[in-house]
Amino acid sequence: MENFLQQLINGLTLGSIYGLIAIGYTMVFGIIGMVNFAHGDVFMLSAFIALIIFLALTQLLGLASMPVAFLIVLVAAMACTALWNWAIERVAYRPLRGSFRLAPLISAIGMSIFLSNFVQVVQGPRNKPVPPMFTDLIRLTDGPLSVTLSYKQILIMAVTAVLLLAFWFVVQKTALGRAQRACEQDRKMAALLGIDVDRTISLTFVIGAALAAVAGTLYMLYYGVVNFSDGFTPGVKAFTAAVLGGIGSLPGAVIGGLLIGLIETFWAAYFSSDYKDVAAFSVLAITLIFMPQGLLGKPEVEKV
Amino acid sequence: MSRWLSDPLLKVEGLTMRFGGLTAVSDFHVSVGRGDITALIGPNGAGKTTVFNCITGFYKPTQGRLALARKGAASPAAVEALTRSGSRFATLGGSELFLLERMADHEIAHRARVARTFQNIRLFAGMTVLENLIVAQHNELMRASGLTFFGLFNTPGFQRAERAAVARAVRWLERINLFERADDPAGALPYGDQRRLEIARAMCTDPVLLCLDEPAAGLNPRESAELTALLRSIRDEDGVSVLLIEHDMSVVMQVSDHVIVLDYGRKIADGAPQEVREDPRVIAAYLGVDDEAEVLEAESEMAGMAGESP
Amino acid sequence: MAAQQDHQRPDMARALVDAGFAALVTFGLSFPILALRTEQDMQNRLVVEQRWSWAIVAVVAVFCARLLAGLLSDWRARAVAIPGALIGVYGAHLALTVGPANGAGIVAFGLALLIGAFPLDARLRETPAAVAKPNVEGPDHSRLMSIAGIVALFVFPFVMLAWLGPQGSLKWINNYGVQILIYVMLGWGLNIVVGLAGLLDLGYVAFYAVGAYSYALLSTTYGLSFWICLPLAGVLAAFWGVILGFPVLRLRGDYLAIVTLAFGEIIRVVLINWSDFSNGYAGISSIPRVTFFGVPFTAADNGFAAMMGLEFTPIHRTIFLYFLILCLALLTNAVTLRLRALPIGRAWEALREDEIACRSLGVNTVNTKLTAFALGAMFGGFAGSFFAVRQNFVSPESFTFIESATILAIVVLGGMGSQIGVALAAVAMIGGTEILRELDFLKRIFGEGFDPAQYRMLIFGLAMVVMMIWKPRGLISSRTPSIFLKTKRAVAGALVREGQG
Repeated sequence: MENFLQQLINGLTLGSIYGLIAIGYTMVFGIIGMVNFAHGDVFMLSAFIALIIFLALTQLLGLASMPVAFLIVLVAAMACTALWNWAIERVAYRPLRGSFRLAPLISAIGMSIFLSNFVQVVQGPRNKPVPPMFTDLIRLTDGPLSVTLSYKQILIMAVTAVLLLAFWFVVQKTALGRAQRACEQDRKMAALLGIDVDRTISLTFVIGAALAAVAGTLYMLYYGVVNFSDGFTPGVKAFTAAVLGGIGSLPGAVIGGLLIGLIETFWAAYFSSDYKDVAAFSVLAITLIFMPQGLLGKPEVEKV
Repeated sequence: MSRWLSDPLLKVEGLTMRFGGLTAVSDFHVSVGRGDITALIGPNGAGKTTVFNCITGFYKPTQGRLALARKGAASPAAVEALTRSGSRFATLGGSELFLLERMADHEIAHRARVARTFQNIRLFAGMTVLENLIVAQHNELMRASGLTFFGLFNTPGFQRAERAAVARAVRWLERINLFERADDPAGALPYGDQRRLEIARAMCTDPVLLCLDEPAAGLNPRESAELTALLRSIRDEDGVSVLLIEHDMSVVMQVSDHVIVLDYGRKIADGAPQEVREDPRVIAAYLGVDDEAEVLEAESEMAGMAGESP
Repeated sequence: MAAQQDHQRPDMARALVDAGFAALVTFGLSFPILALRTEQDMQNRLVVEQRWSWAIVAVVAVFCARLLAGLLSDWRARAVAIPGALIGVYGAHLALTVGPANGAGIVAFGLALLIGAFPLDARLRETPAAVAKPNVEGPDHSRLMSIAGIVALFVFPFVMLAWLGPQGSLKWINNYGVQILIYVMLGWGLNIVVGLAGLLDLGYVAFYAVGAYSYALLSTTYGLSFWICLPLAGVLAAFWGVILGFPVLRLRGDYLAIVTLAFGEIIRVVLINWSDFSNGYAGISSIPRVTFFGVPFTAADNGFAAMMGLEFTPIHRTIFLYFLILCLALLTNAVTLRLRALPIGRAWEALREDEIACRSLGVNTVNTKLTAFALGAMFGGFAGSFFAVRQNFVSPESFTFIESATILAIVVLGGMGSQIGVALAAVAMIGGTEILRELDFLKRIFGEGFDPAQYRMLIFGLAMVVMMIWKPRGLISSRTPSIFLKTKRAVAGALVREGQG
C-alpha cells in the first residue's frame, strides 16, 4: 500500500510534466494538423535556458532566495522559449503552410535534429548537474517504507495545476481562444471572417512553447540533470500522451500525460524499469487499435 | 406488374441507420427492379446518400436486410434461409444471393458487383484517365497476375488479361468521348468529363447495379443531355440496373422507370414517375409547403417541368 | 524556379527595419543559450561563463543576411552575398579575438563576394527571367541515361582503384559508395510504403534492425552463411512487417505514423534490454565477414586473392561489398518498377490517391496496404543483413529514430514515388554529410578552432529544413504513368496526392 501511494505520487509528478508538453503537440496538431516533431527538443532547450538563467541569477547576480529565483527562472524561460518557438514557426513551418502534408513533418524533424545538435555545440555534450533546490521532504507515513512527498513534487503539481487553469481560461474565455477554435474548424472561413490566421497560429506556438518551458523548468528541477539529448524520449512520450488522450483535445492531453506518467512509474516499480517505455508505447498502440480517436477525441466519421 | 415488384434485383427491408442520437434513415423498404433505372429523390438531408452508403457497404446499417439477387429472382424462402444461415452469400438454384448488410464495402463491389460514384467526385486525380479505368479492373487483373507472381515474369496469360483490360477501357473511353485524353491526368479534366469518367470507371468493374450519387450535379444542359443518353445506353445496351440520386428533375423524369421519394429518413412515395409526380405529399415535401393552395401551385410547377420530357 | 519574380527596386528603409527586427529577435534567441555557457569546474560544480562575442556574431550575421536578402532581388545574387557576409563576419570575429593577421584575409574574401553580388544582382535584374520551359516532348532519353548511370556505378570502384590505389580509394568506395548505396536501397524500400502506397511509416528502422539481427544471430549461433541468411532476413522482416502492420493499418494518417514510431522504439528497447537474446547495449560482434561465394577475403592460400592470383589487399572485400549492395539496390529498383506496372502497384498508387474510391472499386485495401508494408519491410531486412555483414558488428545504437527520419527525409526530398529522385536525395543527404567530414582543410583558412565535423548533424538538420522549403514536393515531383495508350506524359506533381495513411 505504501509503495502504491508513493508510486502514485511519483507517477502524477512525471505525468504533470508529460501533460504540459502534450498540450503543445495537441494544440499545434489541432490548428494546423501537423505533428510538431521539434516540440520535444523545444522542451529540452527550455530546460537548458532555465538552467542557465538560474545559474546566472545565483552566480552572477548573487540572488539568494530560492523561491524568487524559481519564479524569475520560470517566467524568463517561458518568455525565451516562446520566442524560440515563434521564430521556428516563422522560419521552418510557415513557408510550408498549405503545402504537402509531409513537408512540414520533415521540416520539423530537421528542426528537431538542429535544435539538439545546436545545444550540444553551444553548451557541450556532457550531462549538466543542476545544483539541488527545494530538497525538503514531507513524510506522509512512518515505517520501513515511508511515503514521502518532496517539496519539488508539491511545487511541480501546484505549478502545473495553476498554469493549466490559466491556460484553460485563455482558451475557453478569450478572443484568442475563440480565434484558435475557429481556425481549428476551418482556417479559410476563419480568415474570411477577419481572424488573423497567421497571428493565431503564431500564438499557438508561443503558448505551446511557454507550457513546454514550464515542463522544462520543472524537469530540470525534478531530475537535477539535463542533457542535449533529453528532448526525444519525453517528446515522444508526450506525443503518445496527446494521442492517447485524443489528439486535438486539451483535457485529453493532460489526462493522457498523467496516464502515461502513471503507467510508466507503476510498470517500473512493479515489473521492470527496463521495459517502462515499451509499456507506455504498447498502451498507445493498443488504445489506437481499439479506440482510434483516443480517450477524449471526437470519433472520426468517414465522409464518403 | 411493375418490374421492381415482379423481378427485384435488390430488396431493401427495414433499413434503419442511426448516428448516435440522429436517425438518418428509418424503416426504409424498397425494391430495385432488374433492368430499371431507379431514381432516389428527396430534399437535402433526407438520407439519400446514407441509403447509398448502406447499399455499397460504406456504412454498416443499424438494422435491416439488403438482399441482392444477382441472377434470376430469389424466392423469399431462399432469402430467409440465407439470413438464418449466417453466411454473407449463397448460390441457390441458379441465383446468386447476397446479403449486403453483412459484407464489407470492397466485397460488395467485387462479389455482389454493385458499383458506385460519389457526390464529390473521387477520381484518382494524379493517375491518368486510362490508369483510372485499369485500376477499376483490379480484381480480374490480380487473378490473371497470379497474385503478382505471374505478373512479375510477365507471363503470356497476364499479358492477355492486360490487353483485354486496356481494350475494355478503350471501349468505355470511346463511349464517353474521352479517347483523346486517355493519357492525361484525370485531375486535369473539366468537371463534366470527370463525372463521365467516374461513371465509366464504375462500369469497368462489370457491375450488375450501378449507384450514381448526383451524376448531373454541376453539368450544363448539353452535358445533362449526354448523361441521360449514357444512362439509357447503360440500361439498354449493357443491361445494368441503375440506381441514382438526383436533384435535377428533368433528368429524373426523363430517364427513370421507377422513382422513390425520401424525406426525413422515411419513404413518402414509391412508384412510376407519373404517379410520383402527382403525389401531393411529394410536392409538399419537396417544396416545404403545407398550404393547399401552394400545393396546387407546386403541382403545376412540377407538371411544367415534366413537360420538358418527351 | 523559386526565384522571386518581383523586379521592383528594393527599398532600403524597409530592408533596414526588417534586418533590425531580425537582429533583435536573434539577440533574444541567443541571450541565454549562446551568450552564457555552462561548464563544470574542478569540484564538478556547474558554473556559468560569459561568452557575449558569440551572441554578437550571431546578431550581426543575421542582420547582414537579412539586410542583403532585402536589398538583393535575385536569389542567385543572394546566394553569393549572404555566404560572403557570413564569412566576413566570421573573419572579423577572428580578427578581433585571435589577431588581425588571422582574420584579415577572410574578411577580404567575404567582402569581395558581398560586393560582387550587387553588380550581379543588377545584371540579373536587367535580363528578364527565363520563361519556364514548356513541357516539350523530346525523344525519351531516360532509358539511355539510366543505362549510362548503371554502367558508371559498375566501373566506379575500378576507376577509383586505378586512380588512388588500394589505400586511397578505400574511403571513396566505402564511405561514399557503399554508405550512399545502403541509403539508396533503404530509400527505395521505404518508397514503396510512403511514396507509392502513401502510408506514413516512421519506424522503418525496425525492419532494418530485424534484418541486421537476423543475420547476426543466425550466423553466430547456427553458423549459417550470408547467402542463406540474406533471404531469411528478408522473409523475417516481411513477417514482422505483417505482424506489426495487421493491427495498425486500419489507422489513418498521423496515427499510423505514431504507432509505427512506437513500434520502432519498442524493438530498439527490447534489443537493448533482452540481453540473453541480443546481448543488449554491447551488441553482437565478430559476425562472420562476407565471402566470395564461399571463398574468404583473406591473405591465406585458400583466400580470394590467392585464388585469383592477385596480391592480397583488404580493398577486394570492400569492392565486393560495393557490388553486393549495388546489386541489392538495383534489385529493389527493378522489383519496384515492375510492381508499379502490375495491378498491385497500381492499387498502391490508387490507395494513395483515394482510399474510399479504391474500396468502391472492390480493392481490398487491407491486403493492399499489408503487401506494401511487407515488401518495404523485406527490402529493409535485406539492407539490414547487408549492414551486419559489412560492419561485422551490430548494436541497438545503429537503429535509432534518427535513421528512420533520415530515410523518410530521403523519400520525401526525392519526390514521393520517384525512384531516381530518391537516389538523388540519398546522394545529397548522405554524401553531403560525409563531405562535411572532409572539410579539415577549412581549418587552415578559418583557424584551428573551426571544426566542421562538429557541426555535421547541425547542418544536416538545417539542410532538411532548407530543402523542404526550397522544394516541398521533392526533387522530382512529377509522376510517370504506369501504362499509356499513345504517349507517356508525366503527371504534374500538383495533381498527385500524398495519401492519408
